[in-house]
Amino acid sequence: MTTDTNDMATNAGAAASERKGLKSYLASHMREFGLLFALIAIMVFFQIVTGGTLMRPVNITNLFLQNSYIIIMALGMLIVIVSGHIDLSVGSVMGFVGALAAVLIVNHDVPIPITVALCLLVGAAIGAAQGYFVAMWRIPSFIVTLAGMLVFRGLSLWLLEGQSVGPFPKSFQILSTGFVPEIFPASIGEALASAFDTRNFNVLSFALGLIAAAVVVRMGLKKRARNAQYGIADEPIGLFWARTAIIAAAIIFLMFKLSTFRGLPNVVVTMGVLILIYTFITEKTVIGRRVYALGGNEKAAKLSGIKTERLTFLAFVNMGVLAALAGLIFAARLNTATPKAGFALELDVIAAVFIGGASMSGGSGKIIGAVVGAFIMGVMNNGMSIMGIGIDYQQVIKGLVLLAAVFFDVYNKNKQA
Amino acid sequence: MTALLEMRSITKEFPGVKALDRVNLEVKEGEIHAICGENGAGKSTLMKVLSGVYPVGSYDGEIHYEGRLAEFRGIRDSEHRGIIIIHQELALVPQLSIAENIFLGNETARGGIIDWHEANHRTEALLKKVGLKESPMTLVDSLGVGKQQLVEIAKALSKDVKLLILDEPTAALQENDSKKLLDLMLELKSQGVTCIIISHKLNEVRYVADTVTVIRDGMSVSTLDAKKGLSEDDIVRDMVGREMSDRYPERNRRAGDIIMEVENWNVWHPEHAERQIIKNISMNVRAGEVVGIAGLMGSGRTELAMSIFGRSYGRRISGTVKLHGRDADVSRVDRAISSGLAYVTEDRKRLGLILDETIRFNTTLSNLQSVSSNGVLDANEETEVAEKYRAMLRTRTPSVFQKVGNLSGGNQQKVVLAKWLNTAPEVLILDEPTRGIDVGAKYEIYAIINELSAEGKGVVLISSEMPELLGMCDRIYVMNEGAFVGELSASEASQERIMSLIVDERG
Repeated sequence: MTTDTNDMATNAGAAASERKGLKSYLASHMREFGLLFALIAIMVFFQIVTGGTLMRPVNITNLFLQNSYIIIMALGMLIVIVSGHIDLSVGSVMGFVGALAAVLIVNHDVPIPITVALCLLVGAAIGAAQGYFVAMWRIPSFIVTLAGMLVFRGLSLWLLEGQSVGPFPKSFQILSTGFVPEIFPASIGEALASAFDTRNFNVLSFALGLIAAAVVVRMGLKKRARNAQYGIADEPIGLFWARTAIIAAAIIFLMFKLSTFRGLPNVVVTMGVLILIYTFITEKTVIGRRVYALGGNEKAAKLSGIKTERLTFLAFVNMGVLAALAGLIFAARLNTATPKAGFALELDVIAAVFIGGASMSGGSGKIIGAVVGAFIMGVMNNGMSIMGIGIDYQQVIKGLVLLAAVFFDVYNKNKQA
Repeated sequence: MTALLEMRSITKEFPGVKALDRVNLEVKEGEIHAICGENGAGKSTLMKVLSGVYPVGSYDGEIHYEGRLAEFRGIRDSEHRGIIIIHQELALVPQLSIAENIFLGNETARGGIIDWHEANHRTEALLKKVGLKESPMTLVDSLGVGKQQLVEIAKALSKDVKLLILDEPTAALQENDSKKLLDLMLELKSQGVTCIIISHKLNEVRYVADTVTVIRDGMSVSTLDAKKGLSEDDIVRDMVGREMSDRYPERNRRAGDIIMEVENWNVWHPEHAERQIIKNISMNVRAGEVVGIAGLMGSGRTELAMSIFGRSYGRRISGTVKLHGRDADVSRVDRAISSGLAYVTEDRKRLGLILDETIRFNTTLSNLQSVSSNGVLDANEETEVAEKYRAMLRTRTPSVFQKVGNLSGGNQQKVVLAKWLNTAPEVLILDEPTRGIDVGAKYEIYAIINELSAEGKGVVLISSEMPELLGMCDRIYVMNEGAFVGELSASEASQERIMSLIVDERG
């Protein structure tokens, strides 16, 4: 009799501890799940209020095109912010490089590959100049890049002589508005198009979507297996599958939408590759590790043999290159360079990184967080525009979302401590 | 003379540490009362209790002031009653003028509008009183430490001070400035101000004090009447007079060949170009040897270690460092590490660890090359390394993925040690490795030090705790004011000898 009651008690205890495990796991990973659910909730919300316009293939394509340059800059900004700094100049630098490209290509007929290389080099040089003052002279990055913001805004105006310069040749435009050509026979596409009852069907992008989803599942499982091998407490299995399934389904869904329009935009490929590279750098490499150490405790990092000045310098050089790339993509998308290009864009980029969970004091933040943060901002911009909400209210709402995200962060941290 | 202040049976506990244990202190009206004791004996804690930094209720015991029970809930309460404390780190705002500083928080204002005329006028009178010939408008920034000290005293006088507490007022002063300050104390005494002075400099204590209370290990040991001719030896004996017990694990002392030699090492202050911090120091460390550096706080021990370790401190550094008889490149931290040096910092939270990161992250940080190939980290390898040191150092933690910030002080220190052992150093410099950790963890750290020396590594142990140095070291360099003033072998060394080497030099 006693054994029975004991057993029951143990079972009940185990179940309770499992529930507690799930709860405490969710509590300690509130940020990551919160972010993912926020993005999904926002998308569902706008899908409903826009009467289905948000998820239409053409709009999904647009969403990527509109946000690609913000995401690309957010990758660099994440690194700058993790290292304990900030870069306010990226919007201006982006505009300046776009203007430079326009002047070189349109006014001086410089070949496009040379222009692209030159523009990226100029971006690196701009980053190096700002990084030099921040790293070697220890001038606060806020001030150095505030100066940079003014300088490069002014230089764009000067370069363009206050005019818009364009249009660009087709071969430059494809950088942003081009699509990856179909490699599968047209017959397969036609068959799938009729099967799904759509006008077009780009087999390549759909196939890539399936592959990407499979990779996500496989990598998740691999990580779980390794954690188990080392006895690292992992998320509950149910939660793992729920999360992985949502992510995989979302990838397939988005790629399906893209494939029923014109396929995979070039810029999505660029962006995807960069996201993978930067995730790898921040999580798997020595230099990435050192950036987190630098931002976490600069003095301890320095006394551990890390060349903190050089690392800070490189973070800014990297930011400059990515801002230049974003400038090229932006100019190609608008098909013209204007003195206003990139105006106030640094704020969207910085907001994306903070919504994505990076800490203002440095040392923490993830690439994927910044990307999701950028999409949250992007979907809101897009959804509110479709709804016809005025730019005035849009700004207010975006501001409040930023504050709410960071408040949520701080609140969680205080509760844990 | 009646007692102005009586602190009766004051006990103050911090989690796991009894900082003060039934301490008594009686200060008579109009006297200069000196409090002496080693670093960490509890002097500053006692003064924090007195001034209300630790409010009533957070300690046991009673404070009687001016004949009645005083219950201070904060500094404002004690200041209101005329108790003013001047800390070792001055609390002046450098960007403000002397007058602005003196009346900060106590502005000569009506309805929120400051009457600068009155402030400057009163400041002039106060400056005259402390013998400082400066305009009230001078920025504090432009004054030397000695003059800043006088501004602090003027500030205290502006608040109608009855009991002035000076915490190591002359620690950062040159000799003639010290003399001036001490004379000012005597002058204030003649005007009826009672003073408490905390000082290591026993010659100065003898010069000004009427009464001396010695505190040791959080207990008041003795109260000595200084007017009847007190010798420094009397004070020293009471300061260090504690039994050495088996708090230190046994070790086979077998020193081998010289591993590290430092010759003619000179370092200047990073900001004040004229201040020489390290003066022509030469030292050596043998394989399997534990070499101690004794000295008071501010004697330059940390600066010596940091300047050797990749020039992390100071300017105009000159001298040579040799490892195994060959010149070693220690011009940058990463080079010092690859030369075979490791430095466990004094302040592990601020300088040693990334608190928000895991044990694994911190363990591999100084030697990421060993857990990576072509710049790509191998997570499995990292985990193995972290686990290896966790087992070896017996770090108590659920896993190596625990955030370092959540560990106890002793376990944090083990993580710092793991980080440096992972660089396979030949010479380890340990700067106050047992500060702020409990007795059990201390013993474990000592055992680790012994294991390292048994492996033939050289260990340099910097410590403010003399029993620790005596219990652990084969040889002790005594340091004072940036120079080595003596070298004692384990058999010659005693607390009295070390103290008197330091004191002689100062006297």
